[in-house]
Amino acid sequence: MANLTEEQTMLRDSAKSWVAEKSPVAAFRKMRDAGNTDGFDRAVWRDMCEMGWAGILIPEALGGSGLDYLTLGLVLEETGRTLTASPLISTALLATSALLLAGNDTQKSEWLPKFANGEALGALAVDEAAHHSPERVALKAARDGSGWKLSGKKAFVLDGGTADVLIVAARTAGKQGDADGITLFLVSGTAKGLKRTKLRSVDSRGVANLEFDSVAVGAEDVLGAVDHGFSTLEAVLDRGRAGQAAEMLGQSVQSFEMTLDYLKTRTQFGQVIGTFQALQHRAAKMFTDLELARSCVEAALIAIDRGANDVPQLCSLAKARAGDVCHLVSNEMVQMHGGIGMTDAHDSGLYMKRARVAEATFGGSSFHRDRYARLMGY
Amino acid sequence: MSDLETFRAETRKWLEENYPKNLAQADIDDDDDSIWGGRRAVYKNKDARLWLDRMAAKGWTAPTWPKEYGGGGLSSAEARVLQQELGRIKARPALMSFGIWMLGPVLLEYASEEQKREYLPKIVRGEIRWCQGYSEPGAGSDLASLRTRAEDKGDHFLINGQKIWTSYANRADWIFCLVRTDTSKKHEGISFMLFDMATPGVEARPIKLISGSSPFCETFFTDVKVPKSQLVGKLNGGWEIAKRLLQYERQNISSGGFGGGGGVELEEIAKAYVGEEDGRLADADLRARIAAHRMEAKAFSLTVRRIEEEAKAGKTVGPAVSIIKYAAAKLNQDRFELMVEAMGSQGLGWDGEGFAPAEIAATRGWLRSKGNSIEGGTSEVNLNVVAKRVLGLLDHQ
Repeated sequence: MANLTEEQTMLRDSAKSWVAEKSPVAAFRKMRDAGNTDGFDRAVWRDMCEMGWAGILIPEALGGSGLDYLTLGLVLEETGRTLTASPLISTALLATSALLLAGNDTQKSEWLPKFANGEALGALAVDEAAHHSPERVALKAARDGSGWKLSGKKAFVLDGGTADVLIVAARTAGKQGDADGITLFLVSGTAKGLKRTKLRSVDSRGVANLEFDSVAVGAEDVLGAVDHGFSTLEAVLDRGRAGQAAEMLGQSVQSFEMTLDYLKTRTQFGQVIGTFQALQHRAAKMFTDLELARSCVEAALIAIDRGANDVPQLCSLAKARAGDVCHLVSNEMVQMHGGIGMTDAHDSGLYMKRARVAEATFGGSSFHRDRYARLMGY
Repeated sequence: MSDLETFRAETRKWLEENYPKNLAQADIDDDDDSIWGGRRAVYKNKDARLWLDRMAAKGWTAPTWPKEYGGGGLSSAEARVLQQELGRIKARPALMSFGIWMLGPVLLEYASEEQKREYLPKIVRGEIRWCQGYSEPGAGSDLASLRTRAEDKGDHFLINGQKIWTSYANRADWIFCLVRTDTSKKHEGISFMLFDMATPGVEARPIKLISGSSPFCETFFTDVKVPKSQLVGKLNGGWEIAKRLLQYERQNISSGGFGGGGGVELEEIAKAYVGEEDGRLADADLRARIAAHRMEAKAFSLTVRRIEEEAKAGKTVGPAVSIIKYAAAKLNQDRFELMVEAMGSQGLGWDGEGFAPAEIAATRGWLRSKGNSIEGGTSEVNLNVVAKRVLGLLDHQ
């Protein structure tokens, strides 16, 4: 664990106790079973906003607490432990970061206070196909008087079905695959011509497919510079990747601890199964990978806060390592629990399902290994 | 300027004035070019001797040891600055020493004042080269089953037995050795002793390894007389010292990393031998595996740094420290596998014409690296340690 400030330690500890009390895995399961179509519990989100978590990154002048990414990462790690479903990543991390990095004063003061107090939700709409590939943006934004008309589609948008404002990556020039020619737009969730289809994902979160049919946006809705949105998009995505990695670290640590508990209590052949070396070594290897992943996640978050120049590498590193360990631990959780781990009544499956989605979000491990190699010049 | 920055500036200036220029250009082909000191040291390059003497005079061969025992008396922050400045000028290590890496730290903790004054300054100055008498033919992973016997003969101990895998025993001056002083108990019958390898009855025979080198020996003791003043700690209290020393050994192996490969990054080697297409390594599969390996290496170095920072902040050493030997061994083995693979047929030479020295070194290094998961505690033993001490899993009944 990184050396934390007093404020960070306090927030982490309060997140830890809130999660245990108010948002155990049972709460997530209940939400899933109730057929919630938002993918999160609005009452829970209100609670989280009241504790100030939605505004961790937002400056005090705009209703937030002006803290850093490491702090938000600590909260995400804790909420990840119990699979707490919330718009923390879509709104408090992604949409907030996009506005902080590229928004003008009007845009920031319109949205950030509402994000902080829970009045509004945001979402980032980037990918259009089954795999993450920010350069492949094709959704077209055509000039229309002083404004623009957006046509195309977005796939698997995190909290895209509930967001009040969508940050949409659109192509204003160039061709699919070019980094240049991408522009970010703020689009209302209820804009005319926008069709939102909520999806039922394996992890029961809120994802949606979006279709844009000549959706009109004004010149004032451009976020950042026309045609030059890609560097902002990458910076926002990197923040999302680091945050998602922190959440995956939390869920991995939790599923590991639950598995370890089971190894210490389940008896077969007259002794607890944790005495078997075959299982001990696998547990020790998981622990090793968890420690390595923690170092990467913390390094990425700290690098963002310091404005270091290796943020992209470290975010890809964190995302890939946390993604790998998330799969490793959740799969071992099912295997080591045996038959009970295969049942819907046990939590193992929930962790494994979430691992699969979280790992794929903003680029899976293979995407980030490729990106890391590219960034390092090979 | 902060104290640390002042220290950095002074260190940089001192290094500029004192690091021998010729040494910077000298080749380092094998262990013989490294500076190990000792009574029988052969300095191929006289500047190597000069460098050792200058560093030793400042106590910087053992930067954090107390000054009263010849050390540098530096704080860990200052020691890190020294490391960084040495790294900046790519300085060769002034002294490679089991005395500094392993023995010294336990002497500081367990030895009598007299012993500390006797041995520590000589270690700092590289006057005595040490070897480690731990493993025996019948006591590898189960080290505590060792049988080398030390009998109490009144004014001395009489040692009989055999050690194996004694690194550089044939070149060492002294040995720190685990011996059995009580045959009725296992762990509580072991003592930790120091003695001169020139004592009558000591014989070291090098063992040739698959890599062609012979860094390890079989070491035989026949009626070796050891004065009682050379027992460290309590009689039959050696196991605690032995384990502590292993921690230092594993820590050192891990943070220093397993060497080899000449410091050239894997991707650069691959570029040279495999080639590139559109700025990417031409072999997509190899590229993916190199990237995964390099990311693991980065995760590892970030973890080592995190552990240091946590220690600096005064937290107790976290559980992460116990994984580093295991992780470092795996990483180094993976690195050499990838390196030899990337070199193609040029990574398959043994010696002679047709192969560059760096290529031969890679091949030999690949073979040598197989020992990384065996020496200093096998990976399996390391995983046992993590499972039991860190994760609290119980022994099989």
